[in-house]
Amino acid sequence: MIDREQVLHVARLARLELSDAEVERMSGELTGILGHIEKIGELDLDGVCPTSHVVEVTNKLRADEPRPSWPREKILGAAPAVRDDGFEVPSPQA
Amino acid sequence: MSAEVLALTAAQAGERIRAGELRSADVFAAYRDRAAADELNAFVWVADDVPAAAAADAPLAGVPVAVKDLFCTEGVPSQAGSKILEDYRPPYTATAVRNLQQGGAPLLGKTNQDEFAMGSSNENSAYGPVRNPWDPTRVPGGSSGGSAAAVAAGLAPWAIGTDTGGSIRQPAALCGIVGMKPTYGAVSRYGMIAFASSLDQAGPLTRDVTDCALLLRHMVGQDPCDSTSVAFPEEVRTPSAERLDGIRLGVPEELTGEGIEPGVLENFNATLRTCEELGATIEPMRLPHAPHALSAYYIIAPAEASANLARYDGVRYGLRAPEYDDLLSMYTRTRRAGFGAEVKRRIMLGTYALSSGYYDAYYGRAQQVRTKIADDFRAAFAAVDFVVTPTSPNVAFGLGSKTDDPWAMYLNDYCTVPVPLAGLPAISIPSGLSEGLPVGFQIIGGAFSENRILDAAYALEQAIGFDGSSARGIAGPDAPRPGQERRPDGGKG
Amino acid sequence: MTSFEPVIGLEIHVQLDTATKMFCSCALSFGEPPNTRCCPVCLGLPGALPVVNAKAIEYGLMIGMALESELADRSIFHRKNYFYPDNPKAYQISQYDEPLCRGGRLGDVRIHRVHLEEDAAKLIHVGETGRIHGSDTSIVDFNRCGTPLVEIVTEPDVKSAEQAREWLQLLRETLRQLEVSDVDMSQGSLRCDANISIRPVGETGFGTKTELKNMNSFAFIERGIKAEVIRQTEIVRGGGDVIQETLHFDPRTERITSLRSKEEAHDYRYFPEPDLVPIRIAPEMLDTARAAVPELPAARAARYEAAGVSADNAKDLAFRAELAARFDDALPVADSAQATAALFLNQGELAAEVEPESVATVSNLVGAKALTPGNVRAVLEILAERGGDPADVVASEGLGAIADDGQLEGIVEDALAANADAAEKIRGGNMKAIGAIIGHVMRETKGRADGGEVTRLVRAKLGL
Ligand SMILES: [Mg+2]
Ligand SMILES: [Zn+2]
Repeated sequence: MIDREQVLHVARLARLELSDAEVERMSGELTGILGHIEKIGELDLDGVCPTSHVVEVTNKLRADEPRPSWPREKILGAAPAVRDDGFEVPSPQA
Repeated sequence: MSAEVLALTAAQAGERIRAGELRSADVFAAYRDRAAADELNAFVWVADDVPAAAAADAPLAGVPVAVKDLFCTEGVPSQAGSKILEDYRPPYTATAVRNLQQGGAPLLGKTNQDEFAMGSSNENSAYGPVRNPWDPTRVPGGSSGGSAAAVAAGLAPWAIGTDTGGSIRQPAALCGIVGMKPTYGAVSRYGMIAFASSLDQAGPLTRDVTDCALLLRHMVGQDPCDSTSVAFPEEVRTPSAERLDGIRLGVPEELTGEGIEPGVLENFNATLRTCEELGATIEPMRLPHAPHALSAYYIIAPAEASANLARYDGVRYGLRAPEYDDLLSMYTRTRRAGFGAEVKRRIMLGTYALSSGYYDAYYGRAQQVRTKIADDFRAAFAAVDFVVTPTSPNVAFGLGSKTDDPWAMYLNDYCTVPVPLAGLPAISIPSGLSEGLPVGFQIIGGAFSENRILDAAYALEQAIGFDGSSARGIAGPDAPRPGQERRPDGGKG
Repeated sequence: MTSFEPVIGLEIHVQLDTATKMFCSCALSFGEPPNTRCCPVCLGLPGALPVVNAKAIEYGLMIGMALESELADRSIFHRKNYFYPDNPKAYQISQYDEPLCRGGRLGDVRIHRVHLEEDAAKLIHVGETGRIHGSDTSIVDFNRCGTPLVEIVTEPDVKSAEQAREWLQLLRETLRQLEVSDVDMSQGSLRCDANISIRPVGETGFGTKTELKNMNSFAFIERGIKAEVIRQTEIVRGGGDVIQETLHFDPRTERITSLRSKEEAHDYRYFPEPDLVPIRIAPEMLDTARAAVPELPAARAARYEAAGVSADNAKDLAFRAELAARFDDALPVADSAQATAALFLNQGELAAEVEPESVATVSNLVGAKALTPGNVRAVLEILAERGGDPADVVASEGLGAIADDGQLEGIVEDALAANADAAEKIRGGNMKAIGAIIGHVMRETKGRADGGEVTRLVRAKLGL
């Protein structure tokens, strides 16, 4: 059961604003989905290694050789707010 | 001109162009006009100008390709079906698309998709749902629904999409075309807007198996910009097999029984008989952990997605909410306004599964299940050449019919989801109709067995003789397609 | 009253001096205009993917070797998730449970782990502007974003603010001599956080710790830790509880303020970075790294001490790698390692211009009383200018110590006669007055007299 408080906590971690109605619905939907998913809790998985990569490749390293960076116009080109050649944001210290 | 061009597969059109019997510009213009008159909402952007003719010896001969919206294309909208990237025009092009362009396939347009590839019906696009060319009241499948519908309807000669849990194969099945998910790592992910990085893989959606092989040949290759990409061990060949003699096909009990629609199962069994007639042997087998694949997938994919989608924060690109009080509310309102309901659901699910106290029970366990699923397949391929299943448990369903029940929607991927968890290649080919709608047949092989899969699929395709022309409305964009009422809004949302 | 002892662990972030960033080919930034050292990868554009810089791995291994860490066979990257405008992907690619190096030791402090990660962008606070709905504004410059960082975490072995400063100086010198970083604290290429708690002397458990962030000079680190230890001690003595929180030390006001309380602490949701593949440390990688690790200050100091150099002089030499290298060349011909070490340290710049073996020989001449300390500088200056054999220089310039006791005795007698007042004072017990006698003798002998011998003769003549 994913209750209101948990939904709000997770939404805060994920930086999502949810209306009261959305919190309510999310609580129900997540509870439902996790109800299905929790069946994997019944499997005997003792000693089974977790897989995070399916291809067994290692050491994809890049030589330490610089390439030109991108023109600033391209870097700032899609920014919602630009000021003094940088990305303008509300101050985190505010 | 249009009807003549439309009757050709991409490979055939390419041959005619190389033989001097067709001009690539005419092929481009014919498809561009059809794509621009798209009534299925399959395209979100269509190229204006006819590109300079491809080099005479270019292997793809100038036959244009439709590209799923989530591939970054320089200067061209790349929105991943999301409002948060509305009109985002990246400064660079994805390696897979660049490879195709270098092979001589210019960009025809960008195709609609479920937002950030999250969905199995294409109803989760911020740019409106895509309609199935076989029946526009039904979904085309997803998330590469725009690419599948465009190819099926003859709005594009061929297309590329991405498959994370079934997003190429399932819409290919529902639209009656060929779709292939290559081995993980075969195609570079650089420039592909990520959904779930350990699962995402680009692949072709084409009219037939020959086109599939040709397109795939020019997509694969190791990319120094993608650490998870690997060199494809051989050239992708044009398939030519006529028989399946000596081929052992494993039919997993878990994916061919309960939950599969009767009409789909009937078609699947009929296809197995065709395989036997071609010389294959059918071997019942088990994939004991396959029923748990969906659970593992719906932890791993949302977990990775929750991190991949965290970058959409209104700082560097994309949407920023118009009203906010401080940094926190800029973040939360931007993401509230920019993401759709399914994306929010999965971000929440993934964030929860990774959060303190739940990691082991969810993410850790899901990764163990992933190991078991890969082990199941390894064991299977010691005994059989391919594992075969229906691609989708059902044929195309009605728009809106599953939108209220997330798990019911997730079940669409029941047969396709085990494959990416194990990183394996698989193809879906049309194997006939059920209730007048296409059914897909899935062939799964071992890692880097694409050539063998394509050969088997080709032999079967020839024997089945599936005819998808009715969905293309051969007479051109002005002719009503079977079962389709003309709608003035074209479904554009 | 119970007395308390501080328990301090340090977390150091070191910017590596590679040519390119950790995961992209942008050159590192050194004060370029904002946002001119960026690309799709370090800006976190949709679809961009990281690729690991091989040099950063090599430098990480070198640091691990220098700190006597256990180097991993296999190492992976994780995503550390948090939202902040300086963190473009909203996750930092870092290492979690499979770091590059574990354990180790530097001097008297054990190392917990050493791992690689990427640096954040720079946020420039521009204050109230009214442009963003009346709130304060910051500007983000991504030039620094993605600079390779090595994070070094110590065990809580540090027992005082002074020890913290001294140990960090040793660490900085070690990293400098490894040539893996600028280690410039004022530029942020070496940054230090301290985890601080206190406990009653004699106890082995740990108190609640606070984290003192980002102190950018050795002096601030020492003062910050001192201030925090005092703050905690006052809280505990007053019957209160220390709260686990992140703190900021303001060096101007000496005040400590809270950055954020633990209730708001991040849940970083670490998970393996799916865009990268594991690092397997191959023998060739270890060989390359090992070959690039020179003898480091701690080992060097220990070796000098074993050769007879005092602890202070050994450490001072070890911290000056170039001088130490000359000392190493001088060592085989030095009669006294300590005297030669002291000569190098006292005459640093001048000694660096003379053949190391000659410096040792000069020191030997002093030891044999063939040269007085007062004429060492003159000899070195001549050697620096035109080289040659030190003994020849001493002889040809007439700088040799007066070997004939009779000759010196006569000069001392003259000096006593010429300074009768001083002689009288000495006789009366005022030894300070001997300076006038010695000065007279040195003038007469051009510094060739041995000061100790002169004193002995004065005492003898005056019957003391
Ligand atoms: Mg760190
Ligand atoms: Zn960069």
